[in-house]
Amino acid sequence: MNPVSVMGAIFNLNHPAHVVEWHFIQLSVANVVAIGLMILVFVLAIVLPFPGAARRRSGASS
Amino acid sequence: MSATETPTSSWTGRVREAAVEALPPEKLLPDKQPTYVASWIYVFGVASIASLVVIIASGCILALKGPAWWHYTGVGHFFNSIHLWAVELFFFVMVVHLWGKYWMAAWRGGRTRVWITGAIIFLVAVPTALTGYVSQQNFDAQWISTQAKDGLNSVGVGAFFNVTNFGQMYSYHVLLLPAAVVALVVAHVLLVRRHGVVPPFELEDRRASGASTTPANAMPSSAVQGSGPGSDGAMS
Repeated sequence: MNPVSVMGAIFNLNHPAHVVEWHFIQLSVANVVAIGLMILVFVLAIVLPFPGAARRRSGASS
Repeated sequence: MSATETPTSSWTGRVREAAVEALPPEKLLPDKQPTYVASWIYVFGVASIASLVVIIASGCILALKGPAWWHYTGVGHFFNSIHLWAVELFFFVMVVHLWGKYWMAAWRGGRTRVWITGAIIFLVAVPTALTGYVSQQNFDAQWISTQAKDGLNSVGVGAFFNVTNFGQMYSYHVLLLPAAVVALVVAHVLLVRRHGVVPPFELEDRRASGASTTPANAMPSSAVQGSGPGSDGAMS
């Protein structure tokens, strides 16, 4: 079985796209997941410390 | 006075002098960055460029081999997928980069052109990707192009920009639009080099109020990139 067939066995794509509807807003679930991941990565990029940042700042002060 | 210091009357000399004045070598290829750049939110610009490099490299391979290869061989599928997912990653990191720069008001300190070139890159990248969808040479491309055709006809550009014309769309996708994106990215990066990376709000506020500097921005300006507001503090 080739890898494409394996993926097809995991994700059944043989149907119309699932969508999220709210008033006039209509988004595919795939796009909602992508937007959610972008928000998650954005928040993590702000809150997670960058490796060596504290050392560089203390080095700049000396 | 040496020959190199003599004002030149040739256009090449004037262009060179203007280029060196606008972007001296230490600004063009800096070996230090401000300390505030040591944050994950600053990595998404270069991540966008890295994705773009993969897109162009995989696209060149697809162009060399052709549709039969990318549809019917395992290696062709692989590079087709690399190209697709590099585009997905490109837009993903570019949007996070856009959000980061929006919320730090990255147009501050004379960086209007940096912001505008970035916005135009985003706007040009969208049709660059969409012309790829209609250049696949499969039923997916046929479906997308016929749906898009109705929309583009309805706004009156269908004859000029004909998504059912494979030759035209392929030319847009592999030459015209990528060349525009690359040119804009080069201009965007050179402008960032010229003006420096935008500093955090608190750093600019402290400078404006004349308050004493903190360790993060206490380095002498001679040790850092650029001479604008983004020049405080340095890291190698």
